[in-house]
Amino acid sequence: MKERGILAFGGYVPRLRLRRETIADALAWLNPGLKSQANGERSTCAWDEDSLTMAVEAARDCRLDGLDAPDNLVLASTTLPFADRDNAAVVTEALDLPEHINTLDISSSQRAGTAGLANALGAATGSSLLIASDCRETRPASPLEMQTGHGAAAMLVGEGKQLLARCLGHRAVSRDLVDHYRSQSSRFDYTLEDRWVRDEGFFKIIPETVSALLKELGAKPDSIDHIILPTPARVAKRLCKILGVKETGLADDLAAQCGHTGAAHPLLLLTATLEQVAPGAKILLVGFGQGADAFLFETSKQIASYQPRLGVAGHLQRRHEESNYVRYLSHRGLVSVDRGNRAEFDNRAALTTFYRKRDMVTGFKGGRCEACGTVQFPRAAMCVNPECRAMDTQTTISLSGMTGQVKSFTEDWLAATPNPPLQYGNIELEGGANIMMEITDCEPGTLKVGTVVEMRFRIKAVDEKRDFTRYFWKPSPVEEQ
Amino acid sequence: MAEGIRDKVAILGMGCARFGERWDAGPEELMLEAFTEALDDAGIERDQIDAAWFGVFFDEQSVGKSALPLSIALRLPNIPVSRVENLCATGSEALRGAVYAVASGACDFALALGMEKLKDVGYAGLPERSKGSFDDLYVPSYTAPGAFAQLAGAYAARTGMKMEDLKRAMAHVSWKSHQNGALNPKAHLQRPITMEQALEAPMVAYPLGLYDCCGVSDGAACAIVTTPKLARSLGRKDMVAIKALQLAVSNGAEAGHSSWDGSYSLTTRVAAERAYAEAGITDPREELDLIAGHDRVLGIDGEGPELLAGPDQGEHPVHDQPGDRVRRGDLGGGLVRHERGVKRHHDRHEQCRGDRQGDHHLDEVEPASGGASPRGCRGTCGRTHSEPPSV
Repeated sequence: MKERGILAFGGYVPRLRLRRETIADALAWLNPGLKSQANGERSTCAWDEDSLTMAVEAARDCRLDGLDAPDNLVLASTTLPFADRDNAAVVTEALDLPEHINTLDISSSQRAGTAGLANALGAATGSSLLIASDCRETRPASPLEMQTGHGAAAMLVGEGKQLLARCLGHRAVSRDLVDHYRSQSSRFDYTLEDRWVRDEGFFKIIPETVSALLKELGAKPDSIDHIILPTPARVAKRLCKILGVKETGLADDLAAQCGHTGAAHPLLLLTATLEQVAPGAKILLVGFGQGADAFLFETSKQIASYQPRLGVAGHLQRRHEESNYVRYLSHRGLVSVDRGNRAEFDNRAALTTFYRKRDMVTGFKGGRCEACGTVQFPRAAMCVNPECRAMDTQTTISLSGMTGQVKSFTEDWLAATPNPPLQYGNIELEGGANIMMEITDCEPGTLKVGTVVEMRFRIKAVDEKRDFTRYFWKPSPVEEQ
Repeated sequence: MAEGIRDKVAILGMGCARFGERWDAGPEELMLEAFTEALDDAGIERDQIDAAWFGVFFDEQSVGKSALPLSIALRLPNIPVSRVENLCATGSEALRGAVYAVASGACDFALALGMEKLKDVGYAGLPERSKGSFDDLYVPSYTAPGAFAQLAGAYAARTGMKMEDLKRAMAHVSWKSHQNGALNPKAHLQRPITMEQALEAPMVAYPLGLYDCCGVSDGAACAIVTTPKLARSLGRKDMVAIKALQLAVSNGAEAGHSSWDGSYSLTTRVAAERAYAEAGITDPREELDLIAGHDRVLGIDGEGPELLAGPDQGEHPVHDQPGDRVRRGDLGGGLVRHERGVKRHHDRHEQCRGDRQGDHHLDEVEPASGGASPRGCRGTCGRTHSEPPSV
């Protein structure tokens, strides 16, 4: 059987960080115990982010040049925006992947990511772009609010000489221990007692699964260099002792900087590990949720010359504090605020129009006039260049990877937006396209004519009346590294 | 070869409703206020009107679609009535229809009426609207102030002007407009403001503050036009003739192409150039007595100086000095009076008419230039002259 493994990887953590102290200050009146957890910070999606947008960003963080397009796109999440609309198909369009690839949404478990990984590794042939992404909703003052973060990780899984890490083996145990659950119609998880979950779940099911894997492979626990466990740090340390693996090899759980990213977390921690790991290292990856997954990977020489665009480390550094707890609640839909009568505007998306223009809207593909060379958006029958205006001369060109500059802008306090002021302006892309666009991930007062921007896939608007989310691309200032 | 409409059409009568938050009046009442004054001014009977043009932009929460609301309100005798819309140039578009009808010889008397009833929207400011089913998918949900505000930053960047100086220049325009508004009994806003009030006002869309933006009014204005020959036959001696009426509409090049730097109104320049050519004006600064810039948002009013200089100008400060022709007797840029559409033409007409008295009357008025309207429908330049044409 051919060796299969990881050909590329990338991660994404949202820019916004909510300090746990901010949460505790707001809610200690209700639960004084929150103060003891008020360390570090957790990541949170901006109002215009969700699992789908994060998935696109994580995939874009991968370096896929020189690699064949994947045969499958697998999207794993417990918080997909659509229960019945192929979410992976939207991601496929946004990533400009071919239409013939198989799309697959995996959901319903904290093991959705590792299950997706097992599935991709277990295929006889072909490659999968696997993306795990979660934007879990957490009730204010709940333990999960403190512990949870939002994030996504992506990896290209397949075979061949370019493998960065090969999978030596995988083992799963399926066991219906309901440590927590969320029904189809609920927003929030119901959690059971930590101590029970730890004693009957983590300390029994994980060692059982890992031991079975290592026995099957004939591998010694102390030969493992890196251990990735999706459990709280204290539990993880104890598990290292139980498993007989080096505690020094325990991967940082990112609790201090990010929080637990749900179905994405095992793969996010794997990505963070792969960013720093040396060739020839053995990595144990564990997923947990009504059972467990255990994988053993070994890195190759090629890993030394691969880096994602920013990676988990880079995204963790790209940080902005959300210091307003009520704004966080509002943007997460956890508190209802009066947005004024202007926000009543009926936001219906004409889906027939969207279908005709979807490569432009989801894919951000414009046109290039082959008569005069002008790159333009939208792509149209007639060239926008006033000196050209030729008809039917445009070919399709992808704009999402281009940087641009702000040609003019405003910060509009009158416009209806969940996050006033609405920032927008005329953006001139490096290829020459000029477009008026909404700007995101930008502190009011910092925009200038000439600000350099890069494109991000974001929620454009939510039709609350019909419960439909629509997406587009938005420029955000490129931060000085 | 087309010869344009210079001196082919005269304004026989004009009327104007009192602009403001007209809680007392609906669309019908506003239309009739303007129409009855215009009819009286024209000195003709309602049934002499051969065709009418009805300009309304925000129809969703006022009159709805079609020209029927005008025909029904005025009980016009089944004449052709057309509803027109062209963003902020809607009023001028209505006038253009009426003027072209007379200039072509199709009509003896034509009516143009512009009306907006914005205070039935239920909230302050212009109502939200769809930008089109495709545009709604990707265009930011910009507001009117936000759309214009973008010009200011780009202008400052191009000219090297400091934003605080640009803010001061814009505040001057608002100050001037408020001063002028207090002289006009039909104006919405009658209170002068200070420069400090303008500068310290809350931000609406950076860098435009509250007083840099146009208030929202209800109102209507009406023009009845005919040929100069017919006007003279009705005993009219002091009439106002239309020298030129030009419209330039964007084809998307500004927003979509690098040739536009975001700092000026391309279509205003195109329309101005055409209007001056049609009217035979070669040196606007010398030959014009009065310029009214579009009111909508302050930045555009700064186009007054650009309009004066003609299309190929160098740097022009965005302000007018006391004594400038832009300033003299200038009721233009009348934000305060919701200076747009047919009303703008009404006010120019008022200033030009020799038989009109009042604080804002001009003696010996040479040609005056009406203003531009923005974003897609720019540069309507109607110009009037006090001497009867020699036709």
